[in-house]
This record gives sequence, C-alpha cells and structure tokens, in this order.
Amino acid sequence: MRESKLGLDFNKVEEARKTAGEIADQVQRFVENYTTVSVERTLCRLMGIDGVNKEDIPLPNLVVDALKEKGMLADGVLHFLGNALLDTGSTPHHIATEIASGTFDFARLSPHTAAEINRVLEPYIGESVSRIRDKRRSREDRIEKLGEGPRPYLYVIVATGNIYEDTLQAQAAARQGADIIAVIRTTGQSLLDYVPYGATTEGFGGTFATQENFRIMRKALDEVGDEVGRYIRLCNYCSGLCMPEIAVMGAFEGMDVMLNDALYGILFRDINMQRTLIDQYFSRIINGFAGVIINTGEDNYLTTADAFDEAHTVLASDFINEQLALIAGLPEEQMGLGHAFEMNPELENAFLFELAQAQMLREIFPKAPLKYMPPTKFMTGNIFRGHIQDALFNIAGIWTGQGIQLLGMPTEAIHTPFMSDRYLSIENARYIFTSFRNIGSEVEFKQDGIIRKRAARVLEDACDLLEKMKEEGLFTALEKGYFANVRRPKEGGKGLDGVTRKSSIYFNPYIELLKGKR
Amino acid sequence: MGGGLYSTEVQDFDKTLDLKKVKPYGDTMNDGKVQLSFTLPVPAGPEAIEAAKQLLRSMGMDNPQVVFSRELNPGFTFFNCYGNLQHTVNYADIHVPKVESTVMDMHGVDDFIREHIGRKLVMVGASTGTDAHTVGIDAIMNMKGYAGHYGLERYEMIEAYNLGSQVTNEELIARALELKADAILVSQTVTQKDIHIKNCTEFIEMSQAEGIRDRMILVCGGPRISHELAKEIGFDAGFGVNTYADDVASYVAQEYVKRNNK
Repeated sequence: MRESKLGLDFNKVEEARKTAGEIADQVQRFVENYTTVSVERTLCRLMGIDGVNKEDIPLPNLVVDALKEKGMLADGVLHFLGNALLDTGSTPHHIATEIASGTFDFARLSPHTAAEINRVLEPYIGESVSRIRDKRRSREDRIEKLGEGPRPYLYVIVATGNIYEDTLQAQAAARQGADIIAVIRTTGQSLLDYVPYGATTEGFGGTFATQENFRIMRKALDEVGDEVGRYIRLCNYCSGLCMPEIAVMGAFEGMDVMLNDALYGILFRDINMQRTLIDQYFSRIINGFAGVIINTGEDNYLTTADAFDEAHTVLASDFINEQLALIAGLPEEQMGLGHAFEMNPELENAFLFELAQAQMLREIFPKAPLKYMPPTKFMTGNIFRGHIQDALFNIAGIWTGQGIQLLGMPTEAIHTPFMSDRYLSIENARYIFTSFRNIGSEVEFKQDGIIRKRAARVLEDACDLLEKMKEEGLFTALEKGYFANVRRPKEGGKGLDGVTRKSSIYFNPYIELLKGKR
Repeated sequence: MGGGLYSTEVQDFDKTLDLKKVKPYGDTMNDGKVQLSFTLPVPAGPEAIEAAKQLLRSMGMDNPQVVFSRELNPGFTFFNCYGNLQHTVNYADIHVPKVESTVMDMHGVDDFIREHIGRKLVMVGASTGTDAHTVGIDAIMNMKGYAGHYGLERYEMIEAYNLGSQVTNEELIARALELKADAILVSQTVTQKDIHIKNCTEFIEMSQAEGIRDRMILVCGGPRISHELAKEIGFDAGFGVNTYADDVASYVAQEYVKRNNK
C-alpha cells in the first residue's frame, strides 16, 4: 500500500485509471484505422526527404500532396516510395525532388511485393532509427558527464522571434540558473500544415519551429551547458497540425521536452479532433523512443474555466493523457502531465487548495515529471503582487515535489520576458527552493483538514467525470464541452481534410520499431 | 545617499499641491520621487552605475540613486533606481477622450435594452488575425465572465456569439453579416511589433468595403487597447484593462439607442 500524505483512496485512483484506460482504448480503436498528411510527411522525413522548392514549399508536403491528388495516400507514402525505389533504383530524396519539379513519372510505377518493398526501404529505415537512437544516447552521455539541476527543473521561455537573439537570451537564462529553455513559437504556427525551413529571424510573439532553429538552439545550450557544468534542456512545441513531423525533427536534433497534447489543440486551437488524435499517436511513439519528456496542456483549461470549480477536469484529463501516452509506448518517466496554480488570489484559503491539488497529482502520478504552470489569469500588471503570486506558486512547487516548474514572470500579461524579468523569476524560485527544500518531508496534513478534504473531493469529481466520459466517449465529451467549457464538433475545426483511411496494404514499420523501445 | 527618514538635507521646495504643476509623490508633496528599473548592455562596475545615473539625470531627475545593480549575463547589468523628477505636468488642462456612456450592471443593461430597443441585441466577437489568445474575448463574452462581472452570454437581452481565436477578418465580417449583428467585438492580445494595429486597420478597411462600417457598432478591446487608440484606428470605442462585459454592454446599448433615435 502506497503512503499518502493526503489520505488518498488509492483504490479510487486505480479505478479512475482503469476508466481512463477504457476511454483511451476507444480512441485508439479509431486511430489505428487512419493516417494523416502529417503522419505521411513524417515518414518522408524519416526516409531522408528534406528541403524546400523555389516557393519555399517543403519537399515532404510536395510528395504527400502529389500522392493525395492521385488518390494514392491510403496505401501510405512508404508503399509508394518502396515501389518507386525498386522501379528507378534512385533514392527517396531524389524521387522527392523529381516530384517537386514535376518530372516524376507516376505511370512507370509497377507494383512489388511487401517483402521487396521492405527490403529496399530497410537501409533508410535503419539509418533513421539509428540517427534518433544516437541523439538520445548523446543526451544521456552529456547528462551523465555534466549532471543536471535538481527537480523541480526551472523552466523559462524565450520569445524574441529571432533564433539568434533567442540563443543569447537562452544562454543568459542558463547562466542565471534555468534548467529548461522553451522557445515559444510564433503565433499561428500551430495552424500551418507544413513546417517552415531553415533559420528564421522574424516571428510574432515567438520564433518559428524549424529543424535548423532546433539545431542552432541545441548547439547554443550545449555550449552554455559546458560553461555552467549542467545539462540544459531544450523545449519546443510538438502540437498543432504538424505534431509527428515536429516530433521527428526534434528527435533528429536532440530536443529534450515537447509540448505534445491533442486535447490542447482541439480545445484552444480549434484543430479537428480526429486529425490531431491520429497525429498525436505517432508523435508520442517518436517522442517515447527519442527519450523526450512530453508536456500536456491541462493547465490551459483553468485559463478559461474556473480553477476552483473545474480542478477535477485537469485530473481527469491527466488520467486520459497518461493512458494515451502508455498506448503509444511512452514511459511514465517521460510524462510531464500538466496542471496549474490559477486560483483567484482573493479566494480564501486558495493556497491550501492549490497545495492539496499539487500534492494529489504528485501522489497519483508518482513517476511523472509533472509540469506545473504559474499564475497567468490573475496576473494584472501589478508586478509587485505578481511577484508574490509567483512566490506562493514556487512554495507549492517545492513542497509537493513537482518535476518541471514553469517559472512565472512578474511581467506576465505585459510583455514577453525581458532578460531582467527572467533574472527576477529565477532568483525568486532559487531562494524559495533553497529555503523550503525539505518542507515536503517535514510537514504532514491534518486529518479531516481543509487540504485532505479538498484532494478527496477533486479525486471524487474526476472519477465521476471519467465515468460519464467512458459512457459517451472522448469525442462526444469534447463536443459537449466537458473540458475548459469549450465545445468542439467532431467534424469541425482545422485539418480534417488531411485524414485518410488506411488501405489494406498500408504499412508503417516505425510503429513496431519505435513503440516502447529504447 | 538615502531619502525620507534618513535624509538630513533641508527640503526647501514648495510643499503645496498645484494641479497645474503636479510632480510624482513619494512621501512628501512635490518631492518628485520616481522608481525605475532597467538593464544596460554594459558590464557591471562603477562605470555602469555612473552610466545609469547619467541616464536618470538626462530623464530629468535630481539626486539619481542606483540602489541595486547586478550583472545578469556578461555585458548586461540590471539597475534599480530612484530619483527626484524635475518635470511637472499640468493636470488641470488634461482632456482624455472616454467612452461616453453610463456603466450599468447586467440587469440594468437588460432593462435598458428591453425598454428602449425592445429586442435582443446581437453581438459577435472574436480574437482576430493570428492571435491565439481567447482570454480577452472569453472574459467579455463567456457566461461566467471575469472577476465577478458576468459575460455577455449571460445577458437576457443580448444574443452573444463568441467565435474564439485566430478568426480572420473576412470570417468575422461574414459571420456578423450572416447573424445580422448589431455590434462586432474585436479582441487583440498579442501586440508585438504592432501586429494588432495592422490587423485592426485591415478590419476597419474591410468593414468599410463591406458597407457595415456605419451599420454596426465596432468595438475593440485588449490589454494594450485604449479608447483613444481604437478611435484613431476607426472603431467606435475601445476597452482596455479593468473594463468588463458591463462596460461593453452598457456602451453598445446606449450607442445603439443614440444612433437609432436620430
């Protein structure tokens, strides 16, 4: 029997987990029959197809769009490439350039057996798998050599729009004590159905996620990591319409943490639920294999819905996200399940409720590097009070042993962080983490007190919600607005036209090769 | 150094308030006390502190004090400073354009619409352009509202449509026409590189082209929006920080009556 400082009923927890598992299984039965344009573009990238044409359209898009137009997408891009390689003796990248220039002759394709196709693709498949595995090992070696900061990791963002300016800001933050640097994406990138190419210096509210930008930033963090004697993790956004593509680009370049949550995209970016749940499955397989910690976006529910009334929706969603991740072979140690410190500061005992919820999540997901989000909704521009709100958040974080502490900035709601804002935030967190280091193991919570009762109540409500969702299914639950008070139709939102039912000869060997493997 | 309690200087300035010559206030009328923090791209040291003080002087501050400085990163130093501002401001002559309506609560607005209009007002809102933030439009429109102010969806006499975020200007105008909106509410949160100005200007141009500029009440809101800025761009009104659904609803209802009773 596990120890609970909250007197949590672990039978109830396991029941909730089982219910969430059934919800996730329903989703998976749907997902397995479909592919999407972004899954197919991911396979192109794994085959070594990269680059853009004269109009800056990525080659993977040109290949997949051509197959879609010819009605060949249901068989999968690998089936096509296999046949094309056998017929031409060429390389995937060369075939892509021919498609881009309009010179590829689809008529000369002849069908080959699955065994032949497998054989001709094998070297490319092997190379891509090794490339990802090598990146993972090199990260593990660096961590072994340099060490890393204690948990909770201090997570800060950079958001200048210019990747070179971002590296300067990121290195400064690492020197000040940050453990994870997240490069915020330019506003609107989640709705692009392609990944831009090359280094970029223009963005709004953030910087384009491109493979080259990933590489530039990873290199800058390795440099500063050597200098400060600590491995510095890099975070980006594997969400939106290009989920699995960004996963593979991150895997190639040694990304460490990825926002990776279909539910977030559905609710807050109005991305079609079918599309993004299919995309998410393959992206999580890749993230799992690459050793990437995923972050989920439940914290956002509390920016639209009330943080006190709707706390159980966060827990219910964390349960579902855990099960969806397990189905994709992503281990618990890589699940940065999300939650947040978002209660109205005027609410009496708000801190006690926040503490109860943070401790509850810690006990329910003991191995997960939980991602704890700072106050945003009630940050008003009063930077002085904001700094105190962030301090209380930091106390809750260290007390309950969170995995990733996303540092709040006193200037939240005013501007993207200045160098000095990050300094003040990191100073705040380090002071509190040092001062409160072992409070979690020193202090117990009163029997039948406010904190224990709050945790029991949230768990109870989450169980009820999960039961209801099991009856109706996740798709219907999203249509009814159970999460974040946002309703999304199953056939609505962006990206549904990129979903294709797999044919009987469709194949994607990476699912078997990567899922749950190291 | 030091001021207030620890100061031994003779305070020989006039300590009476003159609204034509207002100065910042620390703890004594007209002491001019200002606090300021900033970063200079120079290494820490006496030269950095002197540089910060010279900047304060050039901003018009006497007795510049750097009370804290710290090198954030090689070559970047952060300062916390105080000074006594020499400048004054003529408060008595200031005129700021404001939304001219009486703010009523939800029931007041519902009663007002019932009495003076006799049908529900249709309001369509969205966070437009590439802006993915729904926080502003949700605070105004969602049933629950924000900080104890119910959102427009809860008003009996308002038919509110929240289109969410990343809505294009075309889409918003098309929906407003389709729903026969009385008012369009545009929310803008991201303001980096003045993207909100470009986006809002485009919206106003399109609304003129579509011929709805004078038919519908056009309102803009967001943390960096002021009524003055919104008017400049071409909106009828702008709502910034510390304004809520009741401010917007009160304005639209009264503006509608004003226009239609002419």
